Amino acid sequence: MTWKPLHLICGLAWAAAAAGVSPAQAQDRGKLIATAGLIQIEGAGGGGLAPWALITGYGTRDSVGANVHGTVVRVTNFTLSTLGAAVGLYDRVELSYTRQFFDTGGTGRALGLGGGYQFSQDVFGVKLRVFGDGILDQDSWLPQVAVGMQYKVNNRTDVLRAIGAKSDQGADFYVAATKLFLTQSLLLNATVRMTRANQFGILGFGGDRSDSYHPEFEGSAALLLSRNWAVGGEYRTKPDNLRFAREGDAYDLFVTWLPAKWVSATLAYVDLGSIATRKHQEGVYASLQLGF
Amino acid sequence: MPVFSSVSRLAAMALAAALLAAPARAGTLYDDLGGRAGVQRIADGMLQRALSDPRIKDKFQDADIERLQGLLMLDFCKLAGGPCRYPGRDMATAHADLNLAPRHFNAIVEDLQDSMQAEGIPFRTQNRLLALLAPMHRDIVAPPGAKPEATP
Repeated sequence: MTWKPLHLICGLAWAAAAAGVSPAQAQDRGKLIATAGLIQIEGAGGGGLAPWALITGYGTRDSVGANVHGTVVRVTNFTLSTLGAAVGLYDRVELSYTRQFFDTGGTGRALGLGGGYQFSQDVFGVKLRVFGDGILDQDSWLPQVAVGMQYKVNNRTDVLRAIGAKSDQGADFYVAATKLFLTQSLLLNATVRMTRANQFGILGFGGDRSDSYHPEFEGSAALLLSRNWAVGGEYRTKPDNLRFAREGDAYDLFVTWLPAKWVSATLAYVDLGSIATRKHQEGVYASLQLGF
Repeated sequence: MPVFSSVSRLAAMALAAALLAAPARAGTLYDDLGGRAGVQRIADGMLQRALSDPRIKDKFQDADIERLQGLLMLDFCKLAGGPCRYPGRDMATAHADLNLAPRHFNAIVEDLQDSMQAEGIPFRTQNRLLALLAPMHRDIVAPPGAKPEATP
């Protein structure tokens, strides 16, 4: 499958091209700390599970901002690792690329795939801020609203077909609304995602139970404790398309440290629900993000 | 469980009483910022930081600093619910010729945060003042079409 590494190269070029769109314009790092959000599991600016309406990076409307991230989610029977890069353009458009690696551990052997069997997936993301200023418009209830797409390509076509998935690639479409309630030091987000993805796409797209798009809900709440610390929680519903294994909702409880605009670290307890016949997949989510 | 229900009813009543009493007990933001003297120190601290902040100090070239010092205090005082009247021009007029971009606005917010931090104002109280100031970005920041000049 020689075209798979091509995805990685395309993805990095996608991010690099975006970062170089305006070399003359210095990165102004003009946003207030924490108001650029974090990077979620599929590479978009957001929390840990949900994309937010905020555009990633610390560039304002006159500038660009970019970051790279690495995340490891270690739950009872599986490990999901992600590496990616994201660019915010003029606080209006966000482009992201992330590669996800899903290690099935001992379950791979039990399912006849072999021990340590790994799925990987490329996620290309684009997000457009539509209206609103979720940070500064503190005299209104109007949130910041963005629309986005995540195009996902899984590398295990044959196995996905065998477990009942209909496709090895698919697009998610979402609308996100985000608002900082500064008087309460509270940030709230609600996202609706149209998706056919099974377990974020790691188990393919569509299935023998259902092959149509489903609206799914993703909510986040974050309490700012200081300029450098935030705690919060998230909830994300997921489709349930495959007959061989039920899929449930996911949630997390997180603490984030942002010592400076160029670096943040997040540690979370996460429960991804049931995955590939293994019930109650809970564990630790750790993410490091570097901005430039 | 009658015991449980009476305990929970008591707890609910206590909670309701606390919620009702809270606004009456809490001082105004003006009080929480330390009254007139506190607000003056916060405004002065912000201005001093801004005047030496490489991101925005050039924007004060033509400003009457002494007058600005007084106006800032009165503006914060009035916003925070203190007994002050703001005699200055409106925000849009006062900032019209400065060609300020979002990065300038946020830079001065950071200077204000640093000033409040130095005064020992709790983070949540800081945010109550920032919430009142933040909407002013619409009058202070120049529209996107007005290209901010390159600063040397």
